[in-house]
Amino acid sequence: MAQELAPLVRDGVRILVLEKGPRLADEEFTGRELEMADALYQDGGAFLTRDGTMTLAFASAYGGSTVVYTGTSLPPPQRVIRAWDVPGLDHGDLTRRSAKYAEQNNVHPLDDRLINDNNRLFVEGGRKAGYLVEQFPVNVKGCRGSSLCNLGCPNQAKQGTNRVQLPRAERAGVEVVTRAEVLRIEPDRTLRVRVSQKAAGTKGAPSEWEAGDYQVQARIVVAAAGAIGTSALLLRSPLPAPRSLGHGFTCHPALILVAEHPHPITNDVGHPKSYFVDHAESEGFVLETCMYFPFVTAKSLTGFGPAHSAIMQAFPRLQMILILACDHAAPGNRITVNRAGNPVVYYRFMPETIKGLVRGTRAAARIFFAAGARRVHAPADPTLLEAAEAGRLEERITARHFQPGMLGVSAAHLMGGCGMGRSAADSVTDAWGRVHGLPWLRVADASLFPDALEINPYLTIMGLADRVAEAVRRDARDLLGSGPHVATAGA
Amino acid sequence: MTPSVFRAVATCVVPEAGGLDAAQWDEMAAIVARAVAARPRALQRQLALFFTLLEWLPLLRYGRRLSRLDAGRRARVLDRLQRAPVLLLRRGFWGVRTLILMGYYGRPAAAAAIGYRADPRGWEARR
Repeated sequence: MAQELAPLVRDGVRILVLEKGPRLADEEFTGRELEMADALYQDGGAFLTRDGTMTLAFASAYGGSTVVYTGTSLPPPQRVIRAWDVPGLDHGDLTRRSAKYAEQNNVHPLDDRLINDNNRLFVEGGRKAGYLVEQFPVNVKGCRGSSLCNLGCPNQAKQGTNRVQLPRAERAGVEVVTRAEVLRIEPDRTLRVRVSQKAAGTKGAPSEWEAGDYQVQARIVVAAAGAIGTSALLLRSPLPAPRSLGHGFTCHPALILVAEHPHPITNDVGHPKSYFVDHAESEGFVLETCMYFPFVTAKSLTGFGPAHSAIMQAFPRLQMILILACDHAAPGNRITVNRAGNPVVYYRFMPETIKGLVRGTRAAARIFFAAGARRVHAPADPTLLEAAEAGRLEERITARHFQPGMLGVSAAHLMGGCGMGRSAADSVTDAWGRVHGLPWLRVADASLFPDALEINPYLTIMGLADRVAEAVRRDARDLLGSGPHVATAGA
Repeated sequence: MTPSVFRAVATCVVPEAGGLDAAQWDEMAAIVARAVAARPRALQRQLALFFTLLEWLPLLRYGRRLSRLDAGRRARVLDRLQRAPVLLLRRGFWGVRTLILMGYYGRPAAAAAIGYRADPRGWEARR
């Protein structure tokens, strides 16, 4: 967004990016689990839904969640974009725009020499079990295989917006202010902003501005704080926003499944997420290779005690698969704010979402066993499934073991809340991110999704933001009038 | 939460925690305390209440507090909670279990003990 608005700087327009999170120096990315989770994620990566049955992981840093994802970059699926049925949103156009960022961010399939055993076993097992296994294009340059993508790449190999688009925007004259939280947007387009002090012992540079409260007068405001951040910001702003604001939240609830092999494998070295199996349309799930850190792995496994410990002790022999359920916008699943203005996410697991997780778990178990695993740890009773039980997966893995609150479900693909659509009666924005009834207010992030994307959303978000930027440039003359003015991107 | 209840639950969730020395328990407790302190007050109160419930609930069935039960009975109490029909109880146990796992596996020594070897140098560190 900031990069695409940067040409306006030459016309005398002042562009300001207000980023809530800190700006970390390269050497601050240590790869240490708790330290980096605290530094980069909101609530350490464990933002709880209202009923406490799922954690949501999203970053709060210069570059947003592109700092902490694995770099997987897929174009938007035609089937899903058509099903969204947003007037004016064309799949071909979105794909072309996404391709532009795929090129800018060096998206490509990893060289075979860099693929580790954890990923190879997924390919072998998946093919033996009859699944179509596809390779993820990833946005890395000079990947050393630290496996630490989700803690921020310690080698600056991942080409997220913190490495590519934001630095370019800054070089072109866009101002970025970190540790600057937009508290609310007033109807007269004044932003109430609070700049925080860097706390002692924490990572990141101090803010570019002195700590304190500010009022920023803007002519155009673009909210790009992610599904939760943007929805919460608009909800606590005294604006005549459409009624559906905050609704339509989806998140691809995910489960981590592990299996133990007889021999050590390379798993905590190499890019962690290189392959996937897409059964979103037919069975409501996507399987992806993954590799997590000790605490995240431990909390994601069901149960406790000796069986749980036994699998943790087998860490060098563990293969991991991430199961993403393709949920859909449902009444009641929404983002709200509490009295203090903080976001609260209501999420109830729909029966189809649970079915997606169950079917995905069975499929992952089939792949594990086909790859030679001797046992699989899954939500079942008992939790360890031995290879001899490979033929009894339907019987052993059932929905009764997938009750909310019984298993460690987390989500990192947070979507919706400011969905695109026809009018204020059915949506928050139009197909160009314009909030209905407020032409000066735009949205440019995953909150625009009217429903789940059913695949990793990074490139689709970039493509949509590109459209929003084009519309802002087009409307700039009318909205800014003559002379220098402030446009604000990000929140 | 009192240290005796915390240890009683922790050694049930991660049996290896029984082998930690005083300094390692302190390290684990400090990680948990920091995580709890970062949470909203209401959640902190709920957590404290749940630890109290955990300690006293077994009195009804076994006539003893959780911290006075043998390991087998402690495990059975916790297992019932994780399968409880009431979401509030399942959620409470899930939260306590998560904190304990964070305290235990969040220590670099525990990560090394299970063979976790991720290194920023990646492949180069394995050659």
